Amino acid sequence: MFAFIVQRMFQAILVMLAVALVAFSLFQFVGDPINNMVGQDATEEQREALRERLGLNDPVPIQFAKFVINTAQGDFGVSYRIGQSVDVVLADRLPATLELVFVAAILALLFGVPMGIYSGLHRDSILSRLFQTISLIGISLPTFLIGILLILVFGVWLQALPTFGRRGLIDIGGWDTGLLTIDGWRSLILPATTLALFQLTLIMRLIRAEMLEVLRTDYIKFARARGLKNRAINYGHALKNTLVPVITIMGLQIGSLLAFSIITETVFQWPGMGLLIIQAIQFVDIPVMSTYLVLIAFFFVMINLMVDLLYFVVDPRLRGERGGAH
Amino acid sequence: MRLRLGLLAAAAAVTVLALGTANAKEFRYSTTGDVLGLDPHSNNEGPTNTMKGNVYGRLVHRKPDLSLEPDLAVSWDNIDEVTWRFNLREGVTFHNGNPFTADDVVFSLERQQQENSDMAFAVNTVKEIKKVDDYTVDLITNGPDPILLLNMPNFYIMDKEWVEEHDAFEVKRDYSTADYAQVNANGTGPFKVVEWVPDTRLVLEPFEGYWNKDGIMTNITRAVFTPISNDATRVAALLSGEIDLMYPVPLQDVRRVNADANSEVMEGPELRTIFLGFDQWRDELMDMPGTGQNPFKDKRVRQAFFQAIDIEAIKRVVMRGAATPTGLMVAPGINGFQEDMNERASYDPEAAKKLLADAGYPDGFPVTFDCPNDRYVNDEEICTAVVPMLERIGIDVTLNAQTKSLHFKKIGLAENNNTSFYMLGWTPGSYDSLNPLMQLMTHPDKAGHGDWNSGRFSHPRVEELTEMIKTEMDPDKRMGMIREAFQIHQDEFGHITLHQQALAWGVRNDTVEKAIQRPFNDVDLRYIVMK
Repeated sequence: MFAFIVQRMFQAILVMLAVALVAFSLFQFVGDPINNMVGQDATEEQREALRERLGLNDPVPIQFAKFVINTAQGDFGVSYRIGQSVDVVLADRLPATLELVFVAAILALLFGVPMGIYSGLHRDSILSRLFQTISLIGISLPTFLIGILLILVFGVWLQALPTFGRRGLIDIGGWDTGLLTIDGWRSLILPATTLALFQLTLIMRLIRAEMLEVLRTDYIKFARARGLKNRAINYGHALKNTLVPVITIMGLQIGSLLAFSIITETVFQWPGMGLLIIQAIQFVDIPVMSTYLVLIAFFFVMINLMVDLLYFVVDPRLRGERGGAH
Repeated sequence: MRLRLGLLAAAAAVTVLALGTANAKEFRYSTTGDVLGLDPHSNNEGPTNTMKGNVYGRLVHRKPDLSLEPDLAVSWDNIDEVTWRFNLREGVTFHNGNPFTADDVVFSLERQQQENSDMAFAVNTVKEIKKVDDYTVDLITNGPDPILLLNMPNFYIMDKEWVEEHDAFEVKRDYSTADYAQVNANGTGPFKVVEWVPDTRLVLEPFEGYWNKDGIMTNITRAVFTPISNDATRVAALLSGEIDLMYPVPLQDVRRVNADANSEVMEGPELRTIFLGFDQWRDELMDMPGTGQNPFKDKRVRQAFFQAIDIEAIKRVVMRGAATPTGLMVAPGINGFQEDMNERASYDPEAAKKLLADAGYPDGFPVTFDCPNDRYVNDEEICTAVVPMLERIGIDVTLNAQTKSLHFKKIGLAENNNTSFYMLGWTPGSYDSLNPLMQLMTHPDKAGHGDWNSGRFSHPRVEELTEMIKTEMDPDKRMGMIREAFQIHQDEFGHITLHQQALAWGVRNDTVEKAIQRPFNDVDLRYIVMK
């Protein structure tokens, strides 16, 4: 098991290096940050001097090498746009994004799993059909539209919830949390729902399909023949066997929630990493963009590692073997 | 335990809420982007400069009608052609309590003149600064400078002691370390910075020791600035009453904001002039390789382009009425604006066709049109409307609309003005016509000239006049020279002037009593009064 984790960490480093290299090759096409950084009255000499100081005239491999060396020493550079160290800037945004993603994932599981089980067991009931209809909306409407609709209904018409931003923050050991105040939750509900809706429908449909599949298998028939209670069959045998693909998909989805909360954060002006990266791209803030991409690559590898470990918990067949099977 | 913590926190939140309602004069406002830091000498960017103006004092302050009034200087005098004497205000203190003296002015000038300072342009004619006594300074220019005073509202005064204490003299733009003055502020202005969380909020409170506390109209006790980049979210935040003022209102939402009983749109002219330019220096147009021809060198072709553009249609359809068509490169209010010359050459596609034929291009020619898509109000839409207008007279236009970071790089000097036909907008930071003459209408060969003259328009008499305008101290003579230069530029069709876009602010009329709009599209908190 330990060897397995070490091997994964090694892979993580390779993935991060590859992502950084691709990122640096792409930055050549994003544009020139200089004109965003200086005013219209700066002279061409000033612009050129700044370009030289930032090392933007260096060839891509040199820029990449400098980034890798500096990052390895814990120096992530200074944001061109905000003028603060990138690690400080990212650390400021991380709680906002993590809390949003965490709550959205919980929401998706909390509603998606029971809804999926229910519509799998009672496929023809009216409630199941209602769930199916809702899930169609969740799958087909784009996130920004759902966000704007929620803002319009709950923010502008009903004036029940805030339309933007993150409030009610309490500092706990350097972590600004919004989960401890009513205000914090009020501002979190709309973005978290927006972000959760797609995942919720995905989980629901996945569990429904898997349940239908599993319920047709022979061992369920034998279980029924043995006279086991429905409860034991449905939850003890059927549900457990549907979980492996659900865990796989959920793991991948949490990764994308982290990386792609961009739209939700932009719509709600949620001060997380998604909003930061979209502004960084518009400004061509290279230090922020590169560090962000590497960090997201790291998250993806870590989540996949956790998913692999969860398989051992859920699937007893794997426990007998050694981790080296992977 | 967790529940108890939550309850405690909830109780705390309720207390905060209660306090919040008692504090009725809180002003919450928003625009698209955050300030680029608080260092007054670092960046030169519209919203950032406004925020500096709330916090830092200047010798001279510019009022909403663009006239000047004393701020930290009580009076000034031209002792001789190159010497300006400023008598400073006594009894002024910085936010940290330090007294303001001539030393701070001398120190600030030196700081702002550093090469890394983007604000250096405002004080770069000052050769020397002399402290006469604690409350008098002499600014000596390196030649007669008729617009020194017009630049003084861009000269921000910092506290020498504070800057030295934090070792922040150097304006850092090498991005190796963060700059202390970028994230902390200490000025003599009417507001002090309480908190800045980048991209989230900037909180200001009135400075109790402000020298002119009773002289400014504002009554706000706290101001919260929140950048909201998404247009729809910003409109929703205004309509839901979570903010009191926001700008810009997207043109398509103006009607909706006005339809709301509690909010309205304030419109007014902006100082920025939007125009198109042509490559007038390459011997061969980039889109016509092998021909050895550059049609734009012929004045008739430039005139044909000008007359092919139906500016009223652009104003009506693309800008929904929120634009003022212009025949000059500067807006009303800029020193040198000529009311009687603001007429545009008439829209006349037939005449344009004839001009093209006379010039030897009866079947037109191909050209690429470079355009930003995220810089000015409806920039890409304007360009998209221009394309068929030019196609109508036979020009084969390829539109290249892209983000500002790519657009400005392409048309700028860094890529050797890699454009044949482009869009640009300009507001002179000095509020004087010399700046657009230098930056847009003279050749980049001379240092400090033509940095954004991307088509390299150049005329010997305009070059000559610009040199004279730099140092002419007699306002009437100087105005005559500006007039002559603008006349030549207009007759030569040096650029296609389009319009000044309109300002559109969304204001809550149930909370805001009065807000004065300045034509440079920013919110000076001095002019905000709450109900």
